This record gives sequence, C-alpha cells and structure tokens, in this order.
Amino acid sequence: MSSDLDVFVGNTTLIDEEVYRLWLDGHSVAEAVARRLRGGVLEREGTSVAVLQSDTRDHYRTFQMLERLLHAPPRLLQQLLFQIPPERQALLVQRYYAFDEALARELLGKKLSKGTKKELDEVSARTGVGIRSCRRQFDNFKRVFKAVEELRGPLAENIQQLFLLDYAAIVFFANSRFETGKRRLQFLSFADFAACAQSMMGHWSQGALGEPPDPRAPEAAEPDGDLPKSFLQDLKELKVLVADKDLLDQHKSLVCSALRGKISVYNELEANFKALSRALVNVGGKLTHARDVRDFFVDLVEKVIEPCRSDKWSPGDLRLFLTHYTAARHQALWERYMAAITACLLRMYHD
Amino acid sequence: MPGKLKVKIVAGRHLPVMDRASDLTDAFVEVKFGNTTFKTDVYPKSLNPQWNSEWFKFEVDDEELQDEPLQITVLDHDTYSANDAIGKVYIDIDPLLYSEAATVISGWFPIYDTIHGIRGEINVVVKVDLFNDLNRFRQSSCGVKFFCTTSIPKCYRAVIIHGFVEELVVNEDPEYQWIDRIRTPRASNEARQRLISLMSGELQRKIGLKVLEMRGNAVVGYLQCFDLEGESGLVVRAIGTACTLDKLSNTSAFLPACNSPSKEMKEIPFNEDPNPNTYSSGPSTPLKNQTYSFSPSKSYSRQSSSSDTDLSLTPKTGMGSGSAGKEGGPFKTLLRQQTQSALEQREFPFFTLTTFPPGFLVHVGGVVSARSVKLLDRIHNPDEPETRDAWWAEIRQEIKSHAKALGCHAVVGYSESTSICEEVCILSASGTAAVLNPRFLQDGTMEGCLEQRIEEASPPGCGFCHIPYDELNMPFPAHLTYCYNCRKQKVPDVLFTTIDLPVEAIVVGKGCLIQARLCRLKKKAQAEANATSISNLLPFMEYEVHTQLMNKLKLRGMNALFGLRIQITVGENMLMGLASATGVYLAALPTPGGIQIAGKTPNDATYDQHISHMQKKINDTIAKNKELYEINPPELPEEIIGSPIPEPRQRSRLLRSQSESSDEVTELDLSHGKKDAFVLEIDDTDAMEDVHSLLTDVPPPSGFYSCNTEIMPGINNWTPEIQMFTAVRVSRLSTINPTNQTLNKNFNDLCENLLKSLYFKLRSMVPCCLCHVNFTVALPEDELVQIAVTAVAITYDKNQALQANKAPTEKSQQRASTDNEEQLQFPLELCSDPLSSQPFSPAKEVLEGASSHTGIPAAQRDRCNSWIELIKLKAQTIRRGSIKTTTSLEKASPLAEGYLRHRSVPSCTNSTVSVVKMTPLSFLPGAKITKYLGIINMFFIRETTSLREEGGVSGFLHAFIAEVFAMVRAHVAALGGNAVVSYIMKQCVFMENPNKNQAQCLINVSGDAVIFVRESELEMLPVQPSTAAPQPTSSAGDVTT
Repeated sequence: MSSDLDVFVGNTTLIDEEVYRLWLDGHSVAEAVARRLRGGVLEREGTSVAVLQSDTRDHYRTFQMLERLLHAPPRLLQQLLFQIPPERQALLVQRYYAFDEALARELLGKKLSKGTKKELDEVSARTGVGIRSCRRQFDNFKRVFKAVEELRGPLAENIQQLFLLDYAAIVFFANSRFETGKRRLQFLSFADFAACAQSMMGHWSQGALGEPPDPRAPEAAEPDGDLPKSFLQDLKELKVLVADKDLLDQHKSLVCSALRGKISVYNELEANFKALSRALVNVGGKLTHARDVRDFFVDLVEKVIEPCRSDKWSPGDLRLFLTHYTAARHQALWERYMAAITACLLRMYHD
Repeated sequence: MPGKLKVKIVAGRHLPVMDRASDLTDAFVEVKFGNTTFKTDVYPKSLNPQWNSEWFKFEVDDEELQDEPLQITVLDHDTYSANDAIGKVYIDIDPLLYSEAATVISGWFPIYDTIHGIRGEINVVVKVDLFNDLNRFRQSSCGVKFFCTTSIPKCYRAVIIHGFVEELVVNEDPEYQWIDRIRTPRASNEARQRLISLMSGELQRKIGLKVLEMRGNAVVGYLQCFDLEGESGLVVRAIGTACTLDKLSNTSAFLPACNSPSKEMKEIPFNEDPNPNTYSSGPSTPLKNQTYSFSPSKSYSRQSSSSDTDLSLTPKTGMGSGSAGKEGGPFKTLLRQQTQSALEQREFPFFTLTTFPPGFLVHVGGVVSARSVKLLDRIHNPDEPETRDAWWAEIRQEIKSHAKALGCHAVVGYSESTSICEEVCILSASGTAAVLNPRFLQDGTMEGCLEQRIEEASPPGCGFCHIPYDELNMPFPAHLTYCYNCRKQKVPDVLFTTIDLPVEAIVVGKGCLIQARLCRLKKKAQAEANATSISNLLPFMEYEVHTQLMNKLKLRGMNALFGLRIQITVGENMLMGLASATGVYLAALPTPGGIQIAGKTPNDATYDQHISHMQKKINDTIAKNKELYEINPPELPEEIIGSPIPEPRQRSRLLRSQSESSDEVTELDLSHGKKDAFVLEIDDTDAMEDVHSLLTDVPPPSGFYSCNTEIMPGINNWTPEIQMFTAVRVSRLSTINPTNQTLNKNFNDLCENLLKSLYFKLRSMVPCCLCHVNFTVALPEDELVQIAVTAVAITYDKNQALQANKAPTEKSQQRASTDNEEQLQFPLELCSDPLSSQPFSPAKEVLEGASSHTGIPAAQRDRCNSWIELIKLKAQTIRRGSIKTTTSLEKASPLAEGYLRHRSVPSCTNSTVSVVKMTPLSFLPGAKITKYLGIINMFFIRETTSLREEGGVSGFLHAFIAEVFAMVRAHVAALGGNAVVSYIMKQCVFMENPNKNQAQCLINVSGDAVIFVRESELEMLPVQPSTAAPQPTSSAGDVTT
C-alpha cells in the first residue's frame, strides 16, 4: 500500500526547526530522514519511519515553496500564502541567511563572481560545509550585495531592512576589497573582521554622522558601501601630525606624561611612539587610493599589532595608549578617525 | 434600482512578469458585475502598479446583488496581440447586504489563476449603498443572515427556531458542454467557477425567501453542497435551519418582520404512541428505501409554484430552478394532513443544529438515517416529475417516519450527503430523533423558557437520555433501566446521536474519537445492475459499521456516541464505509458490559487456549482504556436499578438479529443484558479478523485526545493556541487478489497511519486535543482511496484539567462568554470596594439592559465603570507580562490580531498581513466573538499541465490547499474579520493523469467570518456595552466603522 499523494497543510504553517536546518544544510529527504532517525525521534515519539518520511517531505515541500519568498524577506512579510507568526518568519529569514563563518572568512573580500562560485567545491572541502549549502550561502551573499549595491543611505540599515545586519560586513568587504587572505592575517576570524567593518561603517560612513546627508553634497549620491570621499580626503590633513616634528613631539610628550606610571610598557612606548604614530596616521592617509585600501588590515597588523605584540603589550596597555593618544588632540575629524581605528585594533589584538 | 455597488481598484503588488523582454508588466484591471464592465487605465511597466482608480459604480437590483459575484480580472496590456490574463478575484458581496455584517470590503486579495495559482495581489475597496426599500426585500432576500455554525451564534439570541429550509438548483456542468472541446482549460475552469458562484448566490437568495416567508431573519447551520453529476449536470443544494435571531446587545433591530403572535401552536403530545402502521413497513423490508430510479431524470427541474416569483422577471442563462414548493402535485400524497402540533405543521420537522439552547432538547431517541441509490440519467425531460427534489423529499419523508417510530416528533443534527460514481448516486440523510421543547418554536417565548425550564419535568443533566418512546410498545427490543442519575425515568443502555454533547450532560471521564472502517468489494456493472448490487450491499455495510462502532465503544468502556457520521462511498469496484463519532460515558446510562468471545468448537483445546488468550487481551484493553479515559463511575447499589423489562433473548453473534431495515439505524436495538457481557462468537476466520482488527486501534500518544465533536468532553480549560489543518492522502488499496479482509486491513491501516501522522506533526502542541476531526473518503479511481481530514488542534492547560476532573458535573462547554465571566470574577472578588465586592457579571448586565429596553440605572453604571477599571488594570498587567515575548517584527501585528475597529482605507505600502484564524469549531478558545460578518462560501478549481514540474501530485495539492486557505483568509481580512469559525472543506475532488502530466482539483470551503476579541484584550470592550446598553437603538453595525 503506497501513498501516492500525502499532504498536510496547516492554517498556521508548521515549521520544524530541525528539519529546516537539515534542509538548509542541503540534505536530501532520505538523508534528512536518516539523520532524524539517528536523533532518536522514533523512540521519543513512538512513531514509524513512514510517518517520519511523510513529515519530512511535507516540510521540504513547504520550504521549497518558501524559498522563493526568502529571496526577498520583505515579501515574506507581505505574502498571503503562508500564515507564519512574525517570530517564526524572523527565524526563517535568520536561518536562511545565516552563514558558516569559515565559509564567510574564505569569501571575505573576494569578488562574488561566477569564478568564485566555481571554486566553491574546494571551499566546501576546506571548510567542511556541504556544497549545496555553500552554493546557497554564496547566492545569499551575492543577492544581498546586488540588492544594496544601488541603494543610498546607511548600508547597515539598508541590509537590516532587506536582510540581516551580519551581511553588512560581507558587503562592506566585498565592496572595498580589503585584503584578508594574507598569511599574516590568518589569525583573524570572520567575527573579528565583521566587528571591524561594523566600527568602520559606524564611525566613518556618511550615515554615521547622525544627520541626514545633505542631498547636494557629492557623497549623497554614493552608495553607503563606499566610505565617503570627502572624509577620506580630509584624512590626508592628519598627516601633518607626523610630518611636522614639533607637533609630533608635542603629541608624544602629552601622551607620555599622561601614561607615565600607568602603563607597564612605558619604556617601549617611549621608544616606539614615533613609529606607532606614523603607522596609525598613515593608514588613514592612504585610504584615498583604492590600491592602498586593500592593505588597510595588513598595515595595521604589520605596523601596529605585531610591534606591540613583540614588546609584550597587554590589551589593557594598548587600550590605555590609544585612549590617551586620541585624547591628546581635540579635533572632530581626528576623533572620528581614531574611534574606528581604536575599535579595530582592540578587536584584532589577540593571538 | 435598489442598490449601488461601488468598487475602487487601488493597487497591485508582486505581479508576475508578463513581458519577458523588460521583466515587467503593463497591468490593467477589468471590473465586472452582471453585464457591466469597467476598466482601469494601464499602469505601464511595473510589478507593483498603483491604479488608484475612480469609484466604479454599478446600479443594480438587490436580487442581482445576491446572485452575482463581483469579478475582478487583472490583465497585461499588449499593443500587438491579445491582452494576457494574469488572474481573477471573485468577491461575494453578500456580507455587505445586511446591516449587521460588514460595511466595507477592503484589502489585499490574491490574484488567482486556475492554471498558475496565486499570481500577486490586488488591493480593492467595495461598498454597497442599499436603498432601504423594505418592500423590495420581498423580491430578493437581502437582510437574511446566513450562518454555517450549527448552533445559535454567540452574540445572538434565538427568539424562535422556525425549522428546516432546503433548496436545490440544477444546471449543466460547463465542463461537459460541447463548447468545452474548443475552449482552453482556463476558460472552462473559469466558466465553472463563475457558474457555481452564481448558483450559490441564487440558492442562498431562494433559501432567504423561504426564511422570510416563515417570518425568520436568519439561517443557522447552513450547509451547501455540490453534486458533480458529470454529464447529467451540476446540482447545488442547501439545507439549513430558519430562525429569528436577536442581537444580544441590540433588541430593537431585526425583530421578525411581522410579530403577529397569532400562530396557533399547541403543546406537542410528548408521549404520543408511535404509529405502528407507519413503522412496521420499515423494518420488515430491509431494502425498502434503497430504491433506485429507472425513470430518466432531468437536469432542468420544473419551475416551482409559489415562492419563485422572480423567475419570470429574470430568465437567467438557461438555468433551471430547483423546486421549492412541495405543494406541487406529485408530493401531495406524501404530505401529511396538517395537524395541530407546532412541529407537525411543518413538512419536515428537521433541524440542522447540533447544539441547542438549554432546555430546547427534551429527549433524544437515537440516530435515524436513510439511504437511497439512484441512477443519474442524462436525458433532460423538463416534464418528467422525477427530479432531485423528489428524491430528497422521499428520503426526508422516510427520516420523518423513522423519527416518529421512535416516539419523536423532530430530527436534530440533521444532514444530507451524496456519493456519486459514474451514473450511480447514493443519497444519504441522517439525524437524531428527538423531542423538543415546543416553546422555542413559537413566537417570543424564549425568555419564558429560560425561566421555566427549571420546572420542566426532566432534570437537567440526564433528561435528554430518557427514552421518548413507550417502553411497553417499543419499536425494537432494547434493554431499559432506570436512569442512573435521577432514577425516575427509563434510559437505554447505549445512546447514539448525531448531535454534539448537550451542555448540561453529565459525563464521566473523557471522550474519544471512535471510527468504524469498512470496505466491500463489488462487481463492476452498468446502470441498473450496478444500482441493484449497491442496494444489496448497503444493508450489510450499515450492519457491520454499526457492529464495529458498538464493539469499539464497549472496548473503551463507554456507553454513548455523539456526532455520529456514517459515510458510505461508492466506487467502481467497491463500497467504503467510514463512521466517525465521539464516544463518552454518560453518567445517566448504565455501565457497559464487557465483550465476551465465544468459540465455535469448544472441544478443541488449543483453540480454547487461543480464545482465552484473546479474551484476556480484550479485557486488558478495556481496563487500560478505562484508565486512559478516566472512566470511574460511582458504584451504585444494585437494588435501586430494577428492570421491569423482560430480559430479552440472548444475543447470538449478531448485534441485531432481527431482520431490520439496515438503512434505518435505530441504534437502540441492542438486546443484551445489562451486566451481561457482549458476546462475540468466532465462527469463522472473518470473525477472527474482526476481533483482531478491534484491537489494532492504537490510542493516541500521551498528551493527545481526539474527538469529532465541537469540544472534547471532560476538558474545559483550553488555551488560545489553535491550529486548523487539512491533510489529504491518496493511496492504492489494491493487492493482487483483493478480498474484503485485505481491503479492510489496508483501509484501517491507512486511517490509523494518517492519525498517527497527525499526532506526530502536532507533537509540539501537547497537551492538546484534536477537535472536530472530520474524515472524508472518496474513491476517485479503481483501487485509489482518497482521505481528507480537516480538524483543529487546541492546546489545554494540564494543571487546570486535573482540577476540572474532580468536578465532572461542571461542564466543559463553557464557551467564550461564560469563560469570560469566570475569569472576570476572580479580580472582582479580590477587590475591597463594597460596590463591586459581589461577583458581577458584565455579560448578564448587557443582556438585562438589552432585554428590558431601558437604560442601566445610574448606580449600576457606576458599578460598570469600576468594573471597566478592573478590566483595564488586568489587561495592562497581562500586557506587561507579555512584553518579553514580543519581537520587533511583532510590533506591526497587534493591530491585525486585535480588534479591527480602526480600519481605514488600507495603505498600500508596507501593510503587514493580518492574522486570520480558522477553525471548524463555532468558537475560539480564550476569545469572544463580537460580530459575525457573513458567510464565506468559496469554490476553486486548479489545474496543471506540468504536474511533475510543480512537485508531483503532492506538490500540486499542497500548493493548492495553501492557496485556498490564503484566499479564505484574505476575504475574511477584507471584511474586517480576524477569524473563520465553523470552517468546513465540503469537497476536495482530485483527479490526475500522470501520463499526460496533468492534474485537476476542485475545492469547496465555507465558514463564518467573524471578529473576535481575545479575553486579554477585553479592555477595549467595555466601551462598547457601556455606550450601547443605555441606548439600545444604536445599531450594532457601528462597531466596525
């Protein structure tokens, strides 16, 4: 006796989180049933394999029908076909757009092109993420990237509105093409980069100024994924801090006097102050050139993090130093710049 | 010109891409009503067009308003070729035609195409200006309210329950017309959808006319069905119960159009002897009413005589009209002479209601049913008197006489159904014979009844169980005892009914779903031979279904069945029987005896051993079930229950040994001794199988209960979480050499597996109960069985359940309003304010205020205010408590979930979809229905020519059912409602042709659109009674404006 047709439709769409995860991971119905069996559902619920198969198929059909809507989450909220409680809708979107950090780390800063998609087999092998899941996640990245490419306004908010906040980092990286793959940067996780991206967008982007962008300003026309040109241009002015010897000395004496006795690596600080200061300022000065932008993280690691680490600075030392280093000058531009740099460095300063 | 229909097309969204080149669509809309069509401008190159049209105005007869659906077609403009249709929306504007229902239909509707399914959405606003010309209402029947609910709707009071109304209309099925060969499937499907919509409208209007003739203002328990008779036509028929209803908060409106109390109604002689003559002919000829018609039938029924005055005015589309007037010649002989009694004045004293106002039901006799096999004939002969009308009249007549034989003058819980296979049609009707309180059937006596029912002879809680027939002149042998509750009256040992458990009934323990399942092979045959063989099989099927039910009931240690529904389905080569009911233990009836197995060859030792093993298994099962369903009736001293009835002869293997008409399931004829075990004699392998199959029914997993009645006896603490669902399965039953036994087993497994699957799916809702479990069986093809189940899962509070069990007399059927009272009393009692220290029921207050036609005195109003404060306080704390669980996304939904009174023209951007609950029950747990917005009755066809691409049969049907739900919800939301109650899927006809990669499905659903308010949101409500009660004249229609 075979069931040719077997459906279950609830007025409120039933979502089984476990089956959803299996579906997202790219398992076939048969694989999903096998995994559920291993999970011991039969013993718990005292049911039969046939029931489990039927249930899994039902859920898979539902997810397949939902997938079209998940491609545009706001449509999921507006659609009439499936009645899903809001918190469940949120869960569906969240899980659908959730990504494996290992995979995201691999893809950070890469062009989301067909070529990259073809390399997913290797990525899948390296990261242990199923190939079907890899493709889905890749398509998600691409979809988000495409959707916000043309939009104005704060990037993070746009993505939040259309998808999920986490994506801001990926889009930001894909947009700016920061170098993340160098051996030197391998110790940094996806979460580190995501946090950095968030601070950079938070402090530097146009939308971050808290006031609506002046529509006449040239950057109002720019997508928010790019850092505002005027800001980057202004950063060049900061070079004077290291170029002018008097200013540099003044800065050093201010910081050193504030930190004397409070920091364990005072001698090292005094010795390295000029090198550090140069590195910190120059990183910003280089951001106007697309090619130099790529090296942003490499520079920070090479010229700030690694020297400090070799001098055995503690994270607390670095924090104190950066706080006073920033506070020694009162200038809106300087503070805005240093806020993001400080956040990035503190996040990245680990083994 | 008594009405003006106004339609505005606001916008569309998510339209499909119609122009591949630009990936866009140039959409415009055609709005059609009757023969008038308007068009919007083309909104170029957009998938989200903003038409913002003017108001399209149709000036129409109200009769047309009732019959015609508003048809909205979305098209893609094409300069060079024909415009492509994107899809359609049919809107039934009937809810706008009565003043108490919706005032505007406004919202997003899915655009539906019969080939592609839902393709985007369209925002439409519809209004009707009715000119209040009351005389015109006589021509049409605008203003008569329709309810699918089979009880008196929650916010109404029954002034009079008039009785049975029925009607049917017939037409040719467009699918079988010659033109269908040349038109596209889409055109054919749309023609069918439109025709059925039109026929439903007409049918409803005609029923409405009959109600007006009876001086009622509403139809309750309205059930409309389609018979797809294939080439011989399409029948739309409906039955219902005419009532005069009175809105509870508003007495002035909707009194019966004429309040002449002149109708002479006399007491009904309760103990009237059943007429032995009318009865005796029944049982003696088992096949008496399994007649089949050899005479050619016609599609066009004759025009009726009296009521259908409109027919001459509007000769519509060649549609035949079902006859209303039974006065017409051929049935005159069937009609009884007018008698004095209120009920017997009626042609058919039938009531489609299953739940009644307290005191209405005096005694219940048992189930009465009748079936008849008919041959459908495609010859249309308009002069031929033999019509579908006549067939039904015949069956109803029979039901009436069966009821009479049981000493009952009325039939309640009445329903009709058909099963069609090729040219053979089985017509079935069933109901519960009952004695009713005549005062409900007369003018303006409801209040009197409420007060006087206490002095009524039968004590509450057991009165309905007392036999209505004369014990010395019983229509069948039955074992009677004195009532275990009052000890005054006689009760039968088992009671079967088609109604819901009465509110006042005293039940021990919990109930459970009991099903009898049966297959019978039948030779393939043609026409008359086929009808004959079916007729011959029917009595055996009825008998076996009954035996199974009885055995399963005993196996669970219970003594009564409610909500019994026996479905016999006819297929090419088999008949299937499926009976569902809810078993309970009624405290008034005697404890059922066990089941005793007797072997045929008592000398064989191993056989004996086997028998005793089985006996042990059965005894164990009974014991287990008693524990499971908490059946611990109090022990009674034996001497109290004397039995004056001579001990009936000992049972043989058969339940009913006497050769009784099996179409007439008078379920009381069980002639076994009270404490005597029920003997099952195993005389062949078949019987052995039967016993085995008895034991295969697995009880639901722990935490689950199931029933097919409105609510589960013994559980009364529902939480608001509900999940309505539809599950459909099609299975191949065949084996190489099918026998009845193997088919039975397969069918049984199919049903059990389906139930198991439901329990598994809904496991997250535990503890919960599946209520109103409704199985429908169809045999679409050779060996294929289709089972569709619709039910609702409701969670309940386990802790409170335990408390409730201690007091089984406190009945579970406390519905929305009373639940509400209970909850409210709690904070009130805590309050130290002397004014409100005494428990004060707001619902009663409203009722009193309304019925006394006076405003609430000042002192009372003060109390009212303090009560409002308390509710507000309570509501606030509830809200505060729930804040934690609300997510950011949820913020938009309370508006939708909640009380939809602040509806304005919807903004087309960013509107969140409002939540619409659906339930087959007449109520929503934890909520109060504040308004009925009108009936939802929708018919959809879906077809595909790319079955594989749409995910095969399952993918196709899954999507279609989801679409049907979505369209129902959208219509309810557009009416301003937030729930559908008494939802039912009346038809789901699925056909496939895998070789051609094609499938087609027809679904017909109905229900009542309502506005409900959660008890936790009741703080908004007090505003309503406090303003409405002092001024009873203000229309209740204000609520939504």
